[in-house]
Formats: sequence, C-alpha cells, structure tokens
Amino acid sequence: MNVPTMADMMAQGKQPEVLFWVGAAGSYDDRAKKISRAFVKILVHSNVNFAVLGTEESSTGDAAKRAGNEFLFQMQAMMNIEVLNGYEVKKIVTCDPHSFNTLKNEYSSLGGKYEVFHHTQFIQNLISEGRLKIDDTVLKGKRVTFHDPCYLGRANDVYESPRDLIKRLGVNLTEMKRNKSSALCCGAGGAQMFKDAEKGDKEINVLRTEDALETNPEIIATGCPYCNTMMTDGIKFKEKEAEVVVKDIAELIAEANNL
Amino acid sequence: MHYLPNIVFALALAVGIGFFAMNIRKLFRNIKLGKNVNRTDKKSERIKNMLMIALGQSKMVKRPFSGFLHIIVYVGFIIINIEVLEIIIDGLFGTHRVFLGFLGNALYGFLIATFEILAVLVFVVVTIFWTRRNLSNIKRFLSKEMKGWPKRDGNIILYFEMVIMTLFLIMNASDTVFQQAGIGNPISQFIAPFFDGFSLASIHTIERTAWWFHILGILVFLNYLFYSKHLHILLAFPNTYFANLNPKGQFNNLESVTNEVKLMMDPDADPYAMPAEGTEEAVPEKFGASDVADLNWVQLLNAYTCTECGRCTSSCPASLTGKELSPRKIMMDTRDRLEEVGRNIDANKGTFVDDGKQLLNDYITPEELWACTSCNACVEECPVNIDPLSIIMDMRRYLVMEESAAPQELNSMMTNIENNGAPWQYSQQDRLNWTKEE
Repeated sequence: MNVPTMADMMAQGKQPEVLFWVGAAGSYDDRAKKISRAFVKILVHSNVNFAVLGTEESSTGDAAKRAGNEFLFQMQAMMNIEVLNGYEVKKIVTCDPHSFNTLKNEYSSLGGKYEVFHHTQFIQNLISEGRLKIDDTVLKGKRVTFHDPCYLGRANDVYESPRDLIKRLGVNLTEMKRNKSSALCCGAGGAQMFKDAEKGDKEINVLRTEDALETNPEIIATGCPYCNTMMTDGIKFKEKEAEVVVKDIAELIAEANNL
Repeated sequence: MHYLPNIVFALALAVGIGFFAMNIRKLFRNIKLGKNVNRTDKKSERIKNMLMIALGQSKMVKRPFSGFLHIIVYVGFIIINIEVLEIIIDGLFGTHRVFLGFLGNALYGFLIATFEILAVLVFVVVTIFWTRRNLSNIKRFLSKEMKGWPKRDGNIILYFEMVIMTLFLIMNASDTVFQQAGIGNPISQFIAPFFDGFSLASIHTIERTAWWFHILGILVFLNYLFYSKHLHILLAFPNTYFANLNPKGQFNNLESVTNEVKLMMDPDADPYAMPAEGTEEAVPEKFGASDVADLNWVQLLNAYTCTECGRCTSSCPASLTGKELSPRKIMMDTRDRLEEVGRNIDANKGTFVDDGKQLLNDYITPEELWACTSCNACVEECPVNIDPLSIIMDMRRYLVMEESAAPQELNSMMTNIENNGAPWQYSQQDRLNWTKEE
C-alpha cells in the first residue's frame, strides 16, 4: 500500500490537502492497523491528496495527560506542533477520537492551530462534495448497532456523522438503550486502556457489550480503535464471535465499496 | 403592647435573614479559597445556559418522571413565595392579607387559589419523593455515600416542605373571614369544616399559630440550606452561569507546566540561571490538587451546589461495574473537606492552621481516582453542570507529578511515550509498517 509521507511530499515541493494522523493504535495495533488501511483505501478511492507523518509522528500525549502527566503531554504536544507547523499543516484527519480531541482542542493554546476532522466527518464531506458514493447494496439489511466513542460523542458533540454514514450503507441501524450523549463508555478512556481495572464486580467493556447484544446485532460499528478493542474483547468474553463482528465505520465503507 | 407581634416579627425576620447572610458570607469566603479561573467571557452564552438549565430545568427532564415531579416542586416553591411577601408585610405592619386591597377579589382569589393547588401538588410530589428515597429500591439513593447524614438530610428537607405546605393550607382554612369571602380557597374550603365545632376564638388561635409557624418554618428552612445539600436552589444559578463552556473533551493545559516545558525546550535557556538580584525566589507552584485550596473556585462552587441526586453516579461506568469511584462522592467529599477547612479558619481567627489532613487520602482515595475513564458521563448527566471529572483529573495530576504515584502499568505506558513516542514498546521507526501489511 503506497502511503506518501509529508517528507516525501515536501521533497517534491508538494503540499497535500490533508494530513492523516494515524495515531499509536492505528500504527501498531494489529486490529487498528486494518482500520488505517481501510481508511487509506477510501482516501485513495476518493482521489484525496493526503500524506502521513510516518516516523515523524509521535504520541499526541492524550493518554499521558489523562493519566495526570501534564509534563509529558505538553512535551509531546510541543514536539508534534513543531513538526506539524514545520510542514505548514492546516488540515488533519484521524480515525482516533482521542487524537481528534487532543489535536483539535488541546494543541491550539500551545501553538498548534489546525482544522481537525474525525474520519467519519471527513468521509461525510467527501460524499457531500461528490467525491465518494457509498454502495448501499453489499451490506443491505444487516443488523447494525453503533457504539458512540466518548471522545467523539460527549467530548465533542459529534453524534450524527457516524450515524449518517451507517445509514448510507443500507443497513438496519438499531440504537442501544444508552446512546449518543447517554452512551456508556467502553472502558478504555482516561488511560484505562493501559492498565487493569480497579476491583469491581464486572468489566466495563462487558457491560457495554451486553448493551450492544440487546439489540441483536450482526455488526457492532465503532469509530475508535480503542473502543474496537474493548468491544471485540467483550464479544469474545460473551462467546459471540461466531455471530457478531466489531467493525470500524471505515472498514464497513471499504467493504461495501469493495475497496 | 399593641405592637408586640410586629416587633417580635421584625426581630424574627432580622435574626433569620441576618444569620443566613452571615453564613452566606462564610460560604463566599470558603469558595474564594479556590484558585482563580476566568469565567467572565461569553456572557450571553452563560446567561443562556443559566436560563435554560437552571431556570428552565432543561437537563432535569432528561429523566422524565423525576424531572417532571421536580418541576412541580420547583414552580410551586417559586410561586408560593409570592405569598411570603404578603406575609412579611402583614407581619411587619399588622395588616391582614394586605394584597387583597391592592389586587381586588378576582385577582387575589386567583393567586391564592393557585398557591393552594400548588401547595397540594407540592405535598403530593414530596410524598412521592420520600417514598422513592425510603421505600423504593432506587440504586442511586442507596449508595454507600448516602448512608447516615446525607439520607437524613434528604428526608429533613422533604419533611420541611410537607410541614410548610400543610401550615399554609391550615392557615387559609382557619381564616374565617377568608373562608366566608369564598375566594381563592379551592383546597382549604375542604379543610375548613374540620374547625366547625370550634369557638371563633380558638379558630383564630389556630389561624395565628399556623400563620406564625408557617413563616418561622420558612425562616428556619432558609437557614437550614447552608447546612444541607439543599443549597442548590440558590447556587444552581451561579453554577450554571460559571460552568465550563469548552468542549467537554478539552482539558485545561496547566500554565505552570507550559512555562517549565518551554524552558526545557529552549536551546538558549541557561540551566544555571539564578533569579535576578532583589527578586524573591518564588515557591514553585504545586502541580495538581491534593486539597481544596488547590482546586479552583468554580470546582468549590460545584461542591456547594451538588444536591446529591446521584444522576452522575448512576451513569458512571466505574460505579455501574462496582468500582469504588462515585462522582457524587467526589463532590460530597470536596464539600465536606472545604467546610472542615472553613471551620478551622473560624476557630483560628481567620487563618488556616495545618490539621494534618487533606482531600487526598483522608477523603478521596487513589483507588477512586484511578477508576475514572474520563468519559464525561457524570458531567453530561449533572442537571446543574457540575464537573466532577475536573477534580478527578487535578488530583491525578498531583499523584503523578508531585508524588510519582501512578499505577505501575501507567508508569510503563508513560515511559514508553517518553522513549519511543507511543504508549507501547514499539520503535518509532516502525510507525509505517502498517502500510506494508495486508
């Protein structure tokens, strides 16, 4: 898969229309890498002139900040801002709501002002600009439920972009009882992804998976690599792997359009 | 002697309001112990929030049943208070139902009739609330932090409201002249027959007694607010006005840290620089919060505003899965500690004397703090825009930056970010490997 880097672009004297911020999960996590590739296929298919930072990308510092390490966060932020501003980046898209939130909200007061999109917003724009058309026949009638990532939903009030895309797939979308602003967290946020949970009587991802299973879905759609991991683990715990799959919206679109 | 009741009334009013004012000053002083945070921008948006959320109860009705019932009590409370104005004038000047003369039979009758109907509605709703708190199995009222005083406090408030509403109706029912006029007594006319066999003098005594206990009850209730969770009826307004307006996912960037990080990254900075001659060497600012004075004043206002409804806790993923964390408890602990600090200041002639305690550990444990997923469900749920998450984050910052007391796995995660720019142990050189796989 050919993915241009900002350094390549600069060497050719070109400026891409958007930077794809891959994020740590999207770069290293085997499950999340598939989401990155699916999104790149959509970008290529839509003739988007994009680039990634590649080896120049580093952690946004989101997890460090939520763990309480403001020093490490600001160090990461300033390093990244230096790189981004060096390439005169104006527009960023990412599949990770945590990177989306941090880049959009927390970098600006440190000198990094960018127009930042979650990939569901960006894809929505591609559709309204006529650059992409989603095939609504391949997944037609599939039972789908959508899990709102906290850092996309409550944190940034983005509820409709992912739902709009799901509806365009021609699927049957059923909401969970807790959805949109009252959605339950998957359990990964606030740096929980990187530690065991405190003592309790249940894992959060299992509770959220039960919410999803109540809708009797064939597909649990998400828009976050960490939610994806948590829900996938929840499905395994519930021994439902044979009936239910967890997919990112980008993957569903790539599948529908046979990319 | 003729003026004795008026004098007693004026005294009661002065003591009741004076004592309340004194306590409110104490409340302001305690809130001002918090750090400064600027919440004076975007005035129109703030006023809109206050009108929608506090006055308009827009977030209360997210849970329709309790929200609707709450609106009845709330509207009743505000409207019935018009009657208190009349009672105060009557009490001070020895008049009786002074508004009747001003407003005329029709309007006055309409007003009092409205009050009477609202009083009954409030009574009924308060009884439902009492049942929900004491007899129904509603989880958020049964949590650990609701045992003892918080539960009693909730019930006392409901009893106050029942008694005050009852006294208002008895007062009207035993007012023979008012009953004979037959205006504005849609409810009390059914209570009046109860006094039929009584002599005129004893009915009058009952009327006066109900009248006095009603207004004294209101004054006592006013003063009870300061000691109870019920302060929200006043503080909901400033609390929604001063609430955070940024996207909920945006956490503040600590300025003290920015300065240090800039210095660290500045190639021209002199690492051995001494403070300029004559300037006091500033004590470095504490990072994060371990006690109430490290929080900002809006967070402290939040703590006083919380009425312990528990909607936050009932939507918190950690609470729902049996973890120690309860966002409501975070707010209750913050207020308890703030009041303890306030009493300390009172006892020590205006200065705080170290009592060897702090909010961290003595009230809120690290286990609670580390259970938070920062999902913002508590912030979203709060009907008056309290932000428990910001307190949790400030306390985590203290744990990590001042005490290096993060859980081991988080330390590994942070070491990885420091060394290879990712929370996992992968080389930054492998950042593009995903493009080469399928």
